[in-house]
Amino acid sequence: MSAISLQGLDISYGSAKVVEGVSFDVAEGESFALVGESGSGKSTVLKAIAGLAPGWTGEISVLGQPRGHRPGRGFARRCQMVFQDPYGSLHPRKTVDTVLSEPLQVHGLGSRDARVEEMLRAVGLDRRFRFRYPHQLSGGQRQRVAIARALMLEPKVMLLDEPTSALDVSVQAEILNLLKRLRAEQGLTYLMVTHNLPVVGFMCDRMAVMNRGRVVEIAPATALHDGSFADPYSRALYAASGGTAHD
Amino acid sequence: MQMLRRDWYLDDAPASRLQANAGRFYRAGGLLLRNPLAVVGGAIILLLVLTAALAPWIAPYSAVGQDLSARLLPPSAQHWMGTDELGRDILSRVIYGARITLMIVALVAVISAPLGLIIGAVSGYFGGWVDKVLMGVTDVFLSMPKLILALAFVAALGPGIENAIIAIAITAWPAYARIARAETLTFCQSDFIGATRLLGASHGRIILRHVLPLCTSSMIVRVTLDMAGIILTAAGLGFLGLGAQPPLPEWGAMISRGRVFILDQWWVATMPGFAIILVSLGFCFLGDGLRDVLDPKQGGKS
Repeated sequence: MSAISLQGLDISYGSAKVVEGVSFDVAEGESFALVGESGSGKSTVLKAIAGLAPGWTGEISVLGQPRGHRPGRGFARRCQMVFQDPYGSLHPRKTVDTVLSEPLQVHGLGSRDARVEEMLRAVGLDRRFRFRYPHQLSGGQRQRVAIARALMLEPKVMLLDEPTSALDVSVQAEILNLLKRLRAEQGLTYLMVTHNLPVVGFMCDRMAVMNRGRVVEIAPATALHDGSFADPYSRALYAASGGTAHD
Repeated sequence: MQMLRRDWYLDDAPASRLQANAGRFYRAGGLLLRNPLAVVGGAIILLLVLTAALAPWIAPYSAVGQDLSARLLPPSAQHWMGTDELGRDILSRVIYGARITLMIVALVAVISAPLGLIIGAVSGYFGGWVDKVLMGVTDVFLSMPKLILALAFVAALGPGIENAIIAIAITAWPAYARIARAETLTFCQSDFIGATRLLGASHGRIILRHVLPLCTSSMIVRVTLDMAGIILTAAGLGFLGLGAQPPLPEWGAMISRGRVFILDQWWVATMPGFAIILVSLGFCFLGDGLRDVLDPKQGGKS
């Protein structure tokens, strides 16, 4: 059973079609990247899976269960998302503690104190950050909180929408290491959107290259070592990010 | 006591929810105290509240006791604000009138602010036809002059202080609904709302726990600034004989009674007029100060 399966996915915002005929499967435990330039529709694919971009047709299933067009309680336990901008994804008037307790409250889970403390430890945040507000945290710390929130419900599948692109370069590495460690510890499946090819090489097993709303190629991450891409657009993207094809 | 120490409030890493909240209020309170106008406004409102609470002990005479041998006496050592046409002490009536004014202001705020807040937030959050219907209703109310609409309601419900309060509340909420909707629209597409939906939270929970807290600070400012208008509308209704009924010492009604003698016995209408001006001014100052402290655009920086 695949963790995420997309079949002939078309997504439109109003009358504008932004994604056309996207199909791919992500195996359980795999880390899969969606790469492409800005506006290629890669974030929209994530939003459609999450239920935040309801205008789609086609088939989406997560862990074998078909997806509806809206977020749902059952889906929340299986799949969560980390957003691109940690400055916009945390409520400005809620403490870290409130943010992390909320999923537990929504799903009526007990021993909140212990779970919040444990999760703070897991994402490498000191206890003293627990009652701080987002404006008292740095970007990297905020993103750790956002990752912690996504993990509170112990999902198996994580959707990562450029989780490091809004952060400083030095902090990016920390967050990527954190994500890599969490995946190994909890056996997570990642579907990660990024335009940064080195991140793909570091984090992912396979990738789909998107251009103008279509998937032009699905390649193993090892293609980044030798530039062995089949599609001309993929090769151009690879060359633009500093790689040189060896063939 | 640990809770009285300054650094306990300003601790950068609070140890409990209580401390985090106390720290937030401490910082806002500190900013408010550094704003002279807000302090003046706050003092006036505090004075109003104390006067209302302690009226029976402060007032030198009864508010309704008549003494026809002491009609229309000018201000003197015995009657600081003089007496009215039935020989009632105006100072005592103004002091008891503070209770009525405070009741009107508090009840109108309690009824209309939450109503406007919820209608606006629901309208902005759901959008679509919900938004169209709710904002259509709001526009209908907004398009009518406040006092005229209140007049119509009081005329329909019958004169009296309770009906005046209901009428004013009915006319006050549309402005709050508009503000709440505008605020909601600015962030209802943001990632933190999306993330909360993704957690499986219901729409009700998102509106109550996530949308409303972000609208409240601008709402508090707006309500405080509107209090002056509420007092004036209530006084206007009282002046027209549609608000508080005699012998209730409502300030507007008192001015209305004094109008007959305004040329010869100026103090009958003037004294309650001063009270209205002072309290309205107090609310305006406090509202301005609160805006400086609670304004979301500045709140992010502090």
